[in-house]
Amino acid sequence: MLSFNLLLTVCLIYVAGLFCVAFLAEKNAKRKKLGFFSSPLTYTLSISVYCTAWTYYGAVGSAARNGLEFITIYLGPTLVFIGWWWLLRKLVRIGNTQRITSIADLISARYGKSTTLAVIITVLSVIGSTPYIALQLQSLTLSFSVFSDGFAGQDPATTSSLTALWAAVGLAAFTIIFGTRNLDSNERHHGVVSAIAVEAIVKILALIAVGLFVVWGVADGPNDIMSRIQPQIMQSQDIFTPRWVTLIFLSAAAVICLPRMFQVIVVENSDEKHLSMASWAFPLYLFLMSLFVLPIAIAGLDILPAGANPDLFVLTIPLTQNQDALAMLAFLGGFSSATSMVIVAAIALSTMVSNHIVLPLWLWLTLSRSPTSEDVRTLLLRSRRISIAVILGLGFLYYQFTSGTGGLASIGLIAFLGVAQVLPALIGGLFWQSSTRKGAIWGITAGFILWAYTSFLPSFEGNFLLSQSAISNGIFGFEFLIPSALFGVTIDDPLVHATVWSLGINTITFIVMSMISLPRPIEKVQASQFIHIFDQAATSTTLSRQTTSEELHILSQRILGHQTTQKLFNKAARTQGKLSGQLPDPTNDFVLDLEREFAGSVGAATAHAMIGQIASGEAISVEDLIKVADETAQIMEYSARLETQSKEIEQTAEQLRQANAKLRELSEQKDAFLSQVSHELRTPMTSIRAFAEILRDEDHMGKDQISHFSSIIHDESIRLTYLLDEILDLSFLEHGKVQLKLSFTKFDKILKRAMNATQTLREQSGAEIEIPYNLKNLVIETDADRLSQVLINLISNAIKHSDAEKPIIRFKLEHFEHTVQIEMTDNGKGISAENAEIIFQKFAKLSSEQGAGSAGLGLPISREIVRNLGGKLLYVGNNPGAVFNIILPHSISPLLDPAATIEPAD
Amino acid sequence: MTKKVLLIEDEPHIVEALSFLLKRESWQVEIHNDGIGAVNKVSELTPDLVILDVMLPNIGGMEILHDIRQNQQTAKTPVLMLTAKGQQKDRKAAEDAGASLFMTKPFSNQEIVASIRELVN
Repeated sequence: MLSFNLLLTVCLIYVAGLFCVAFLAEKNAKRKKLGFFSSPLTYTLSISVYCTAWTYYGAVGSAARNGLEFITIYLGPTLVFIGWWWLLRKLVRIGNTQRITSIADLISARYGKSTTLAVIITVLSVIGSTPYIALQLQSLTLSFSVFSDGFAGQDPATTSSLTALWAAVGLAAFTIIFGTRNLDSNERHHGVVSAIAVEAIVKILALIAVGLFVVWGVADGPNDIMSRIQPQIMQSQDIFTPRWVTLIFLSAAAVICLPRMFQVIVVENSDEKHLSMASWAFPLYLFLMSLFVLPIAIAGLDILPAGANPDLFVLTIPLTQNQDALAMLAFLGGFSSATSMVIVAAIALSTMVSNHIVLPLWLWLTLSRSPTSEDVRTLLLRSRRISIAVILGLGFLYYQFTSGTGGLASIGLIAFLGVAQVLPALIGGLFWQSSTRKGAIWGITAGFILWAYTSFLPSFEGNFLLSQSAISNGIFGFEFLIPSALFGVTIDDPLVHATVWSLGINTITFIVMSMISLPRPIEKVQASQFIHIFDQAATSTTLSRQTTSEELHILSQRILGHQTTQKLFNKAARTQGKLSGQLPDPTNDFVLDLEREFAGSVGAATAHAMIGQIASGEAISVEDLIKVADETAQIMEYSARLETQSKEIEQTAEQLRQANAKLRELSEQKDAFLSQVSHELRTPMTSIRAFAEILRDEDHMGKDQISHFSSIIHDESIRLTYLLDEILDLSFLEHGKVQLKLSFTKFDKILKRAMNATQTLREQSGAEIEIPYNLKNLVIETDADRLSQVLINLISNAIKHSDAEKPIIRFKLEHFEHTVQIEMTDNGKGISAENAEIIFQKFAKLSSEQGAGSAGLGLPISREIVRNLGGKLLYVGNNPGAVFNIILPHSISPLLDPAATIEPAD
Repeated sequence: MTKKVLLIEDEPHIVEALSFLLKRESWQVEIHNDGIGAVNKVSELTPDLVILDVMLPNIGGMEILHDIRQNQQTAKTPVLMLTAKGQQKDRKAAEDAGASLFMTKPFSNQEIVASIRELVN
């Protein structure tokens, strides 16, 4: 049995070796003599960071549990690499030409250098990668625990927690040392990549060694192994079930979308040609990795006692066979798998966090201050180091929360699905011109939320945010919210369920939002740059820029460091034909180059913002033009909105004009009315004054004359009073201020009053009034005084205006459902069409009317009275005499305000 | 020589009062109480003065004044206009149309008689 101390010593020696390799590579990189460290082989081997501890240990475990299913995890990436010409080549080309620093950077750059998008993807990546890092810590801890029997007496849980913690701290230290040694302009980490290539060799050698030992050491060759197959391995062989398809798809997506995979494939790629070797060599690597998985699983099940953890067969088989050296190698293989993954993931994530969250925040905070107040490089390095520590800390916490639960594979698959949420926006961005920022943001957000709800949060098994009951019965007890059966969709496999929901809704949202939103001009330009990356001629896109070289120099030193800046500026000066030591002119090409260099360090969006900050409005590049176009588009939209608004204002103005005209008309009517009132009042006053003066001034007048003149004064005074009463009455009626005395009254009573009032007039003219019996007996609820006033007016008018020798007025009653209609017809020649229009107007002087007597308020007052009684007074035509209709409700109370007082019947 | 005054007014009591005042001055008073036929009456009677009410049935006083001034025969006849509306714009319109004098009802007997005397002579 190996001692734990020996194991630890070997580990430390191994790590020290890795340090040396990394250091050597860095040193050679500075001398530009990379050789092996920059070969297609190193590139291919670094891609093997895909094979983490999960694949190293977990594949055997998976084979022991689910048979051939583990193959899917290798099939996905294999398919992607075989089809490299289609996707990977494009990604790498874009990555190199656009100086892409991370997958968040790529997608944000594609969708118009959107900071929002970068932030979302960064957060998603950190959350998605956390379980994965935890997984590595778990496998490290497990593998240590296999050897930790020598530590008897210690609590195993404490031991594993401690191991995980130390592993996290150690990895953080290594990553910080080699991942953030300096800020490379192209963000390549030769040291780390080389160390990982070495680890890749170690892990494949270890696995093959164990495999060979199993086949020819434990068993007697392949045939013997095959004969030992346990039924459980072969029981779930149904290939191409939904789960298989899902797994192949997810692993294919992961090899592109996982931050660490994007880091090694795209960001660390120094030469596009390397890809052609990787396209066959990486699948071959995967093939070799998977070759002995099944034999090891079979042997493990065969020779190890039942209940042994199949995830650790790679270690436990050599140990039980007392092959200490082999066990040590196997352990180092697993150690390599775990450490390489964590290191690359931490680098990739810290780049994202510092470029897309810390730096924009800093830029925003210092926007008003002088940009030279702090060194960006220091800030970046510091933020990366802290990010690395925080990311590993998160991984450790996740491990603590979920320790001892679930197989290795299930955690890994959760991570795969999480980062796969970026896929629709990525593929759409590379191949679909119309995809937009909005589509990407909404799609990723929707997918992210669904992933968290259906997959990520349930993985904590009730320990984090979602309670156990919410997981099994739905949040708040809503069954349609059960994370594993959303909206009643029951898919037995929770992974397939979560994949269908999150990626399905993600894709649909992405497509729909892209179709209904318009890309901004900068998105359009970026879209065609990305989609047609292979068609582009290397043309300068900048027009002119008025930035001072000094400012650029300062900025460059802050971002790229002194040496790189010096090199860049000297080169540019030479190209421009200047002496070394002189600053180059800020030509278009130079500024563009510089921005690209900056982009390599801080991401496209930030670099653009920084250059823009310096140029402060004086710079004109294509992108600035696009920005301008963007703003112009906004202005156009704004002006379109203004146009709509001005139309609305026009409409309002028109309404105001109409209201004004109406007011003017009303005002004119009021003036006319006042003028009429004045006239009507002045006329009797004229007579009164004239005769009063005559009576005053004349000395010799007969008694008869005096009495005549006095009676004129008297009559005119009464006329004046009556007129004033009418005007006041009309005013009250018009404003509804009359107090009605309502009661159920027999119509006969009302008629009698009218007859009495008009007695003199009727007798003088010999008029006859015909009233039918049913009208006399009609009982309605009304104001008897007011209604008789109306009748008096109508009867007097009919008699006064009648040209018949003997005026006859006929009344007729008709009943309707809620109303009665009293029709009054005279035997005159009717009202002329000309007069018919004005009879209801105040002071209407009918064309045939003699001035004296009527003030012309009778009909307007009558109409107002009937209106106040809830009815209508209408002139309906001539038959042949004028026909008036009084329409009244049977009962008026319900029509009135309930508060209105109704006096008892008299 | 007795002066002839044509009174065009539709209010009977005002006609009565004015007639009394004019007759007291020993003037001849002719009366017309409608807009229709007023202009003919003027040219027919050739009065020394026309007293014309603005508010007349059928044809307004302003229109009648206009027609009086259009007719060569009556163009120089002094016209005293009476109105019960008493608005400034009416006064202006009347003067523009050629009214010799414009008086607002109710008037002072003394004043109107003095004005008429002045216009007649």
